[in-house]
Amino acid sequence: MTQLMVDIKALRKSYGANDVLKGVDLTVASGEVTCLIGPSGSGKSTLLRCINQLEKHDAGILRVDGELIGYQLRNGKLYERSERELCDDRAAIGMVFQRFNLFPHLTVLENITIGQVRVKGIAPSAADKKARELLTRVGLDAKESHYPSQLSGGQQQRVAIARALAMEPKLMLFDEPTSALDPELVGEVLDVMKDLARSGMTMVVVTHEMGFAREVADSVYFLDAGIIEESGDPREVLVRPQSQRLRDFLSKVL
Amino acid sequence: MPEVTSSTDPIVVPLRHPLRWVASGVATVVVAMFVHTLFSKIPSGQTVCHGLAGHRVCGPEMVWRFGWTEVLHYLGDPLVIQGVEMTLFVTVMAMVIGFVLGLLIAIMRMSSNRLLSSIAWLYTWFFRGTPVYVQLLFWFNIAVLYQSFSLGIPFTHAFTIATVGSNAIFTVLRAAVIGFGLNEAAYFAEIARGGLLSVDEGQLEAAKAIGMTRMQSLRHIIVPQAMRVIIPPSGNEVISMLKTTSIAVAIGLPELLYQTENIAARTYQVVPMLIVASLWYLAVTTVLSIGQFYVERHFAKGALRTLPPTPVQRLRSDLARSFGGRRAVAR
Repeated sequence: MTQLMVDIKALRKSYGANDVLKGVDLTVASGEVTCLIGPSGSGKSTLLRCINQLEKHDAGILRVDGELIGYQLRNGKLYERSERELCDDRAAIGMVFQRFNLFPHLTVLENITIGQVRVKGIAPSAADKKARELLTRVGLDAKESHYPSQLSGGQQQRVAIARALAMEPKLMLFDEPTSALDPELVGEVLDVMKDLARSGMTMVVVTHEMGFAREVADSVYFLDAGIIEESGDPREVLVRPQSQRLRDFLSKVL
Repeated sequence: MPEVTSSTDPIVVPLRHPLRWVASGVATVVVAMFVHTLFSKIPSGQTVCHGLAGHRVCGPEMVWRFGWTEVLHYLGDPLVIQGVEMTLFVTVMAMVIGFVLGLLIAIMRMSSNRLLSSIAWLYTWFFRGTPVYVQLLFWFNIAVLYQSFSLGIPFTHAFTIATVGSNAIFTVLRAAVIGFGLNEAAYFAEIARGGLLSVDEGQLEAAKAIGMTRMQSLRHIIVPQAMRVIIPPSGNEVISMLKTTSIAVAIGLPELLYQTENIAARTYQVVPMLIVASLWYLAVTTVLSIGQFYVERHFAKGALRTLPPTPVQRLRSDLARSFGGRRAVAR
């Protein structure tokens, strides 16, 4: 049996009266790429943000690499974890944002080293070395002393991927990583992500790039109004959708 | 009908601005009148005689209208210098208290704990809502309310560890520093809050996502970016504080204005001593403004694609453009 990297059961999340996730089940095996698709407001970003606890879920079980996230089970009760413990969990889960969210006051190299130095306590020289290796990997080794504002969107997103990888995560989360990019820059980011998938990284990707989902994903989940409508092999789900909802959705995005 | 076309491009005739010329002329005359009166002389009422080619010539003594001789004489007076030092010391101490306490209050105000944010709001409400002059007199007179301060268990008189008399704590200097500092904190808290709010929410999320704690995110990610918004109004506050310290004359703090007033009372040189004080305030504010430029430039890193040139760099490029010919164009 393959080891489950992400194991989610009956996850619920609401903002006041607005139920965003109404009992979601999702599993991601180690080394697999999972794509979350669905119309905007369907809860796919919220689901992703629950995995690294940028959003706290209200109910349900959320495990990453076998460990409970956000809560601790003692004597049959779930205790909220302290901020310190949440930080340790987050450090092991990389995240890439739609709007890059690079630190604009730091150079490209500093963006990639700050987490290693401040969170993991790695010596600056070792952090620099690792950062340069990662920059080479995403094809930006000439840009280390630039500031983010001096880079194109595609370059910024590749730096953001390098920043997340610098923490040596066991899981990478991507929140619509190409949605804020000009069309001609989408390819370079997807290439880096494909490369990452081939290297065996476990990835959960919220995306509207159906081509990427079909080509790279091992499984795809279609969310609609806070529930999983359909899931399975992308070559099955995307080609022969069972539900009317998914058929409608695919006809709009393809 | 087609336009008449010529082989050469038509020349561009710039628009003339006759009203601007009139306005510039009027402004120049007004400035000239001001400079003239600044350096005009008036009879002092005394007669002076001096020898000129063997003859004794007598006439009314002429002195500067603005007393520049006296201004120059007292500008470097040891008492005046002491006053400048005291003014600077109180300004720096009050601003340090204001910045540290103000940042704390700003963070409290933004806390999700309602009690903490309410306390922060009340603090700002009180200290912004009463005149700093009144607050200063209050701290100076605090011995009327409390003869002494004790360290021990709250609400009891048991187990007192130490007791100090109020007048020993609240000297004139400390009353001034505390008074100005606590008042400044209320204003700076709002400036700092504005700065912290100006940083995109995604920055905090990105910092959290790489495992930073709230304190680490604030220190390494949020505050450095907020500084860009915080510094210009803070520069205002420092300059404003420098001048506001002059109201500590009311509690007898020997700062710049106190010293020049004292000298004026002794020598009857009221206007020259006011000019001495003004020149010193101007000199210090000038230095502070220059400092502000460089601090702003430091925190602009990454926010601007190219940093604004320093005055030295600008002068150099202007000179290069004037004398360097073609090389300067491609700077």
